[in-house]
Amino acid sequence: MYNFELVRPTTIADAASALGHEGAQALGGGQTLLPTMKQRLASPETLVSLTAITEMQGVCMSDDGHLCIGGATPHALVAREAVAHYPALAGLASHIGDPAVRNRGTIGGSLANNDPSACYPSAALGSGAVIITNTRKIAADDYFQGMFTTALNEGEIITEVRFPIPEKANYQKFEQPASRFALVGVFVAKYADGVRVAVTGASEEGVFRWTEAEAALSKSFTADALNGLTLPADGMIGDLHGSKAYRAHLVGVMTKRAVAAAA
Amino acid sequence: MVKVNMTVNGKAASGDVEGRTLLVQFLRENLHLTGTHVGCDTSQCGACVVHVNGTAVKACSMLAAEAEGVEVLTIEGVANADGSLNTVQQAFQDHHGLQCGFCTPGMVMTATALLKENPNPTEAEIRDYLEGNICRCTGYHNIVKAIMAAAGQDVSRIAAE
Amino acid sequence: MPKDHGIGASPKRREDLRFLTGNGNYTDDINLYGQAYVHFLRSDVAHGRLNKVDTSAAADMPGVVRIFTGDDFAGVGGIPCGWQVTDKHGQPMQEPAHPVLAQGKVRHVGDPIAAIVAETYEQARDAAEAIVLDIEELPAVIDMKAAVKDGAPKVHDDLTSNLCYDWGFVEENKAATDEAFKNAAHVTSLELVNNRLVANPMEPRVAVGDYNRSTDESTLYTTSQNPHVIRLLMGAFVLGIPEHKLRVVAPDVGGGFGTKIFHYAEEAFCTFAARQIKRPVKWTSSRSEAFMSDAHGRDHVSKIELALDKDNNFIALRTETYANMGAYLSTFAPSVPTWLHGTLMAGNYRTPLVYVNVKAVFTNTVPVDAYRGAGRPEATYQLERVIDKAARELGVDPIKLRRQNFITQFPYQTPVAVVYDTGNYVATMDKLEEIADFSGFAARRKASEAKGKLRGLGVNCYIEACGIAPSNLVGQLGARAGLYESATVRVNATGSISVMTGSHSHGQGHETAFPQVIAEMLGIDESMIEIVHGDTAKGPMGMGTYGSRSLAVGGSAMVRATEKIINKAKKIAAHLMEASDADIEIKDGKFHVAGTDKSVAWGDVTLAAYVPHNYPLEDIEPGLEETAFYDPSNFTYPSGAYACEVELDPDTGRVTIERFSAADDFGNIINPMIVSGQVHGGIGQGIGQALLEGAVYDDNGQLLTGSYMDYAMPRAADVPFYAVDHSCVTPCTHNPLGVKGCGEAGAIGSPPSVVNAVIDALHSAGKTHITHIDMPLSPNRVWAAMNA
Repeated sequence: MYNFELVRPTTIADAASALGHEGAQALGGGQTLLPTMKQRLASPETLVSLTAITEMQGVCMSDDGHLCIGGATPHALVAREAVAHYPALAGLASHIGDPAVRNRGTIGGSLANNDPSACYPSAALGSGAVIITNTRKIAADDYFQGMFTTALNEGEIITEVRFPIPEKANYQKFEQPASRFALVGVFVAKYADGVRVAVTGASEEGVFRWTEAEAALSKSFTADALNGLTLPADGMIGDLHGSKAYRAHLVGVMTKRAVAAAA
Repeated sequence: MVKVNMTVNGKAASGDVEGRTLLVQFLRENLHLTGTHVGCDTSQCGACVVHVNGTAVKACSMLAAEAEGVEVLTIEGVANADGSLNTVQQAFQDHHGLQCGFCTPGMVMTATALLKENPNPTEAEIRDYLEGNICRCTGYHNIVKAIMAAAGQDVSRIAAE
Repeated sequence: MPKDHGIGASPKRREDLRFLTGNGNYTDDINLYGQAYVHFLRSDVAHGRLNKVDTSAAADMPGVVRIFTGDDFAGVGGIPCGWQVTDKHGQPMQEPAHPVLAQGKVRHVGDPIAAIVAETYEQARDAAEAIVLDIEELPAVIDMKAAVKDGAPKVHDDLTSNLCYDWGFVEENKAATDEAFKNAAHVTSLELVNNRLVANPMEPRVAVGDYNRSTDESTLYTTSQNPHVIRLLMGAFVLGIPEHKLRVVAPDVGGGFGTKIFHYAEEAFCTFAARQIKRPVKWTSSRSEAFMSDAHGRDHVSKIELALDKDNNFIALRTETYANMGAYLSTFAPSVPTWLHGTLMAGNYRTPLVYVNVKAVFTNTVPVDAYRGAGRPEATYQLERVIDKAARELGVDPIKLRRQNFITQFPYQTPVAVVYDTGNYVATMDKLEEIADFSGFAARRKASEAKGKLRGLGVNCYIEACGIAPSNLVGQLGARAGLYESATVRVNATGSISVMTGSHSHGQGHETAFPQVIAEMLGIDESMIEIVHGDTAKGPMGMGTYGSRSLAVGGSAMVRATEKIINKAKKIAAHLMEASDADIEIKDGKFHVAGTDKSVAWGDVTLAAYVPHNYPLEDIEPGLEETAFYDPSNFTYPSGAYACEVELDPDTGRVTIERFSAADDFGNIINPMIVSGQVHGGIGQGIGQALLEGAVYDDNGQLLTGSYMDYAMPRAADVPFYAVDHSCVTPCTHNPLGVKGCGEAGAIGSPPSVVNAVIDALHSAGKTHITHIDMPLSPNRVWAAMNA
């Protein structure tokens, strides 16, 4: 990879200041960025590691009943500590990548990158989470803006993600056989005011809400309520691992399974 | 160049590294601990797994400078104090859980991490936990069997040698 | 009671101690004083005219030692091909030049254009980015059938076409075979693809070239399965360095599976460049680089037809195959679809007429050569798939149809030239039915169906030819090498033994298994014997490890050398005991005079050999060291029967392997533990081929599966525990150990049963219109077939 200067601030303020310089880029757990840099596909002059900022790590419940996850919290910690509060989210975190990746990769890194096949974006969007940065709060519905594109400004840091706790939820991932990323992943969450269904892996626009399914499930939270609902293949990702039609079909299958398994 | 200090296999280790120096490069090139291997460049094969502060990480996907102050355990540091093979290593030998040996250090480090988290894993739990460790020689049969044996399970019912 | 030592025992592997403690010595662990690093600038287009390579700016970059291009190799030989196939008209194959660095044209993505030698690897990469290339992109030929059409762009301008050869085997059988088809009661035909694979040993390739100015000697450290072969090919054909000035070392090698047999440009480059710059030069392949520079495997497109009479006897078989050679001929590429494929097309069956046609084709892709099984998996897959299809068309049990047509008399002369010396296909099928628990299948299928899943059972047989030989025959078939093996048994004065073998261990456990053989012959402890391999400076010319040959050929050489040791040692013992050497027997590490209580210990004899005070100097020389070269009289023919049980999720098309059983006949077994491990690994790769793996190019020749992000490797959760059995033993009749070879069987024998099982599952759900799905049977492919 190209050489760069690594800085390791210990506070959010110092990190924000370091990221204010031109050519600086944030480094979360590095599980995506470092392999990308090995291919020389990115060339930051400065990498600002967020892993030494303790105030950005950890899982807790807020007074208003939200699950709060620090932006630099690794997946393995979420898997362990969220399980009592939000088992579907913990389940999702416990199946990202592999155990070693989960010990390094962070929720903030995943959401900032917004890979169209990553798991976390579906949970954030499917839960109507709030992405908190060093400067503002962004609703998930406003945050995701197409594959690898988000509402984040240059140098903005995801410090925390707040998840409202649903009555029931589940995440179903159908893995791409090689990378083991989601070929299709569906996060279903049932809240008092309605059901949210977020789909990752499938669309050329990145993670999206399947509003027809949400409407049907809000009326009746059963797999059968989805009968007859299909997504158009148009706009789906088509590649050697799955055609557009196959992905569209899998969204239906995975959504039904998520509803059936929701707890 | 920045100076980095860490503890590796119980001993203080330090060296000058570039920002881009990976932990695995520091281990192999600066410390000459060549037991940790590099088998891919996309963080998937797991030949480079070491423990950092007690948890398994891929040393090819962590910068050496990020390891400032941590404790690193590599394959060179896991044997018993008298140099004999530890329980996991011995189980791999007893059950022919390795052939060419290239993925083996990562497999042993991952298996050790699993048994620390889950001392009595099922076959399915073992297979899932090995998601990030690729072996091309063994078809995984004897690796899974060795890990079950290392957990103290009776593996005599599992077919074949 | 199983034995605890010697032949048939399963001692723990001694090599494991270093591998389990991080003390292995792989090529990338070797760093030489003053070494420089090379990075290869590779073509990112599949086909192009190389108008100019401007290195002027790059040469001034920090750390650059020297930049090499094709021009630097103008006076150097190209990478040679080790096998010349003769086509059906008696003409030699078309054999293009294969320069170390591209000259004039680039012919596949990954073709090396320039080599940048610098103080550090990153500096070499930096400089590579400053090289200015003028490449005029040309239309690429990727599809084999399109490549041989008139007017197709030519991969090599100086050849008449992209057809390397059009091979007929046995050409004299063709008319009779065609005639038999006309008279058949039933003909089953099937078109299929044997998917292109990447071997993917977990250790990427590495080469370190070194040059000694004092002695004018070159040393190459390399990840090779056969260092002597590399020394010969590189020394004699590429660089013109005589063998006595060239040493090739292949230390611990992290898996090979065929792809580390071949002589590669990077090896020649590092050796050459070290001589030029008078410094060691090191190259370590990244995995991404490996995908575009390691020889790939398989990649056949075939049509097979099976003719049966009214009683379901096989009466004739014919196949037509397009075999991808890639852009250049890799070392043994031409032999794989021909002599390693056509000769196996009779399989385990009494088919009197067989005709095999193979068209080998150049395309703008990475060269294709042997990968675990090499030709034999392609033959087995075609044959065992068409038999299964025939059974379904005829409404007969696929096992019964196979049994009915088994060869049962040995030796058996097949219609495709080879003679099977021994075998018992009924016994392995009987054993398979037992270990696979066929009788419980119906209940297991019911349980799957209760969960909404489909379940299928597939079987197949296989026959393999290992230890390809004899040398004079393979020479007639076009091999440009002998296929013997060597062994030197050096007995030291104190009785310990060093065995220099030409075989090479890269996971096979030779260091443990080979001493078992010699210990058994001499009656001494295995710990006294050490196996030395992988260094041309240490042992005699040897041919290396591939084609499941190490024990059958290399082991036989060891036996012959040990027999010479025994003969000489008996003479020494006879002298020491004042007896006739005809009366000397060797037992439990001692030499006895038959019928007396007189004996002398092994160590006394070995010491006498080197301190020959009381010694028959007038009859024999001092010392106790013998060399043997063993050239087999025939192939060996392992065989077996495999069964796979799959579960299929009809909603997603996802197939999971629920059970896998293998009953093999490997002849005599030296170390059952190691043999089982070899079968496990082969099955793992076969399941990978059947369900997961495939190297895919787009129409422009871009490799879509260029890393583990897109090339699906089998993981632990993709496979079950395997039931393997090798208790059916028909010893090989022509080698001294009665052994056959086990390294490739699993990879040869497993793909057809997986596919047969998936078809069975689909038919159980009424999807009888699906008669075939090409590998890999990915969820998308299975789902698409179900919803076509």
